[in-house]
Amino acid sequence: MAEWDEQRHERQARLNEASRYASGKLVSPENTKALLETVIRPGDRVCLEGDNQKQADFLAETLASVDPSRIHDLHLIQSGVVLQAHLDLFDRGIGRRLDFSYSEPQGAALARALLAGKIELGAIHTYLELFTRYFVDLTPHVALIAAISADRDGNLYTGPNTEDTPTIVEATAFKSGIVVAQVDEIVDRVPRVDIPSDRVDFVVKGNRPFFVEPLFTRDPASLTETQILMAMLAIKGIYAEYGVRRLNHGIGYATAAIELLLPTYGERLGLKGKIATHWALNPHPTLIPAIESGWVQQIHCFGSEVGMDEYMAARSDIYFTGRDGSLRSNRLICQSVGLYACDMFIGSTLQIDLAGNSSALTLNRIVGLGGAPNMGSDPRGRRHTSDPWLKAGQEAAAGPALYPRGRKLVVQIVETFGEKMAQTFVERLDSLELAKKLKLKIPPVMIYGDEVSHIVTEGGIANLLLCRSDTEREQAIRGVAGFTEVGRGRDRKMVEALRQRGVIRRPEDLGIDVLDASRQLLAAHSIKDLVTWSGGLYRAPSQFRNW
Amino acid sequence: METFRVQGTAERRAPGNRASGVIGVNASGNLEVLVERALPDDQCVVEVATAVTGFRDLWQAVITEFFERKSPGGLRFSINDTGARPETVTLRLMQGMRLMESE
Repeated sequence: MAEWDEQRHERQARLNEASRYASGKLVSPENTKALLETVIRPGDRVCLEGDNQKQADFLAETLASVDPSRIHDLHLIQSGVVLQAHLDLFDRGIGRRLDFSYSEPQGAALARALLAGKIELGAIHTYLELFTRYFVDLTPHVALIAAISADRDGNLYTGPNTEDTPTIVEATAFKSGIVVAQVDEIVDRVPRVDIPSDRVDFVVKGNRPFFVEPLFTRDPASLTETQILMAMLAIKGIYAEYGVRRLNHGIGYATAAIELLLPTYGERLGLKGKIATHWALNPHPTLIPAIESGWVQQIHCFGSEVGMDEYMAARSDIYFTGRDGSLRSNRLICQSVGLYACDMFIGSTLQIDLAGNSSALTLNRIVGLGGAPNMGSDPRGRRHTSDPWLKAGQEAAAGPALYPRGRKLVVQIVETFGEKMAQTFVERLDSLELAKKLKLKIPPVMIYGDEVSHIVTEGGIANLLLCRSDTEREQAIRGVAGFTEVGRGRDRKMVEALRQRGVIRRPEDLGIDVLDASRQLLAAHSIKDLVTWSGGLYRAPSQFRNW
Repeated sequence: METFRVQGTAERRAPGNRASGVIGVNASGNLEVLVERALPDDQCVVEVATAVTGFRDLWQAVITEFFERKSPGGLRFSINDTGARPETVTLRLMQGMRLMESE
């Protein structure tokens, strides 16, 4: 006789055994270790909520302290490897296998652990891949999540930093898994129900608020004039050229410069309302001046950002907010927005090769992939049209097509030299060597060259859509690679011919005056200016305050 | 500290009538450029004083390309460098030349 509900029985057995450590659903910090040793079994798939922003850090540290003779060989499936405790799990033999997406600031430690063979690596995923695998072959047995508050029934308020939580809980709770939540406080009534109580088994009040880091705050004071020049190139040569209204920005300094140039340079070019109106974006403080100047119509967020909550609550016409007034973010949904409903992704990277393949991984730092490969790819399943999408598609096609298709604009914006004079343009990505050392079946690539439409550097814009051969593509890339070895190895005649065809456009070709590339052009010069723009609603975190 | 000069010929006289100008800042990772209209119309020169030694080839390449790209005939550029990267050098040289067009 086949049993069809063994998972449910297993779950109930664990809950029964664990009930002695809880009062209803509530568990004290002291009992949490014993609870975890009861609800988790060796070999389980465990999702320890580490997003790239908020962290279930109390549960992570508690899990790292369990008895490895009882709990071992766990398969950790989490989007972010962010805390020391995440690596301690493998050091102590509690965890064995890892599937993840993103791993800063632990990139260097993760590289050491992987190269030393301490971790059995499943795969480095994009967010959407990992989230969707939660519903196929990586469904968690146990999820350890973080929320701001819970009521006594276990209804959770995840608030502005909702991020991955609904996705993790959905996959776990509806497949007979166990959900344990760490919360900052127990309240009589939660401000809004982000996770209904019947999906939550246990609630622990952590011994401190969950950890969250301001990852997307770029200080305008750190922006260089080279980055400002690149931002001008992008605005005039791509945003205006294609009329890009729906977009996603990466988190680098050049895109922060673009955000700060919209109300000044963009205004001067008469672009208000014509570009950058609808966004899939984390709450970048550097976008405040553009929002306040009426450039932005709406923004959907992957997560929140420290200090931005009050500002966003006061701008509900722009942001998605709950009935309680605060932001509701959702990483799975926002990643899908970036993939399917945006016409452009623009972001930075560490290395680009001669075919336009890019990677942010090096032998010493395995930073993961995060969301850029989702946003920075042309979705083959897209069917609705828009002007920028059609124009890009026309440029990529050699001639008229019976069934014309559009293209997403996938833009890499990089300085030719990175920190410590590291060359951004290289013959071979470090990824190749890394794949060999870790015996990966494919080298990790952030964005494949055939997805990239444009590369912007301080030397100009290379439009790869217009390249008709691998040689042209290589020379177009060399042509904007400045004084890197790759740049100095260019065929001058071919690069000049590409420039005549508009494949390469230099600042002077776009009528950009280099004297404008000045910090004076920024709508805000400091974090304090951003606070002023926000009318005091943006609460800059202490590490960014110098007043 | 390393000092050297790179001399070139120019096809055209640099536009404008301004006699001299300064652009940039002498701060870490940056550089300051003094531009003077002090040479015959078919000559140009860049004098470099840099705090970072060992990159002379790169300077030569950056300056030579600037001469070819912009033809700054008649101009003498004096650079005070505190470790600027090549793209910053190019930007400052181009800005210095544009400055000589302004009143």
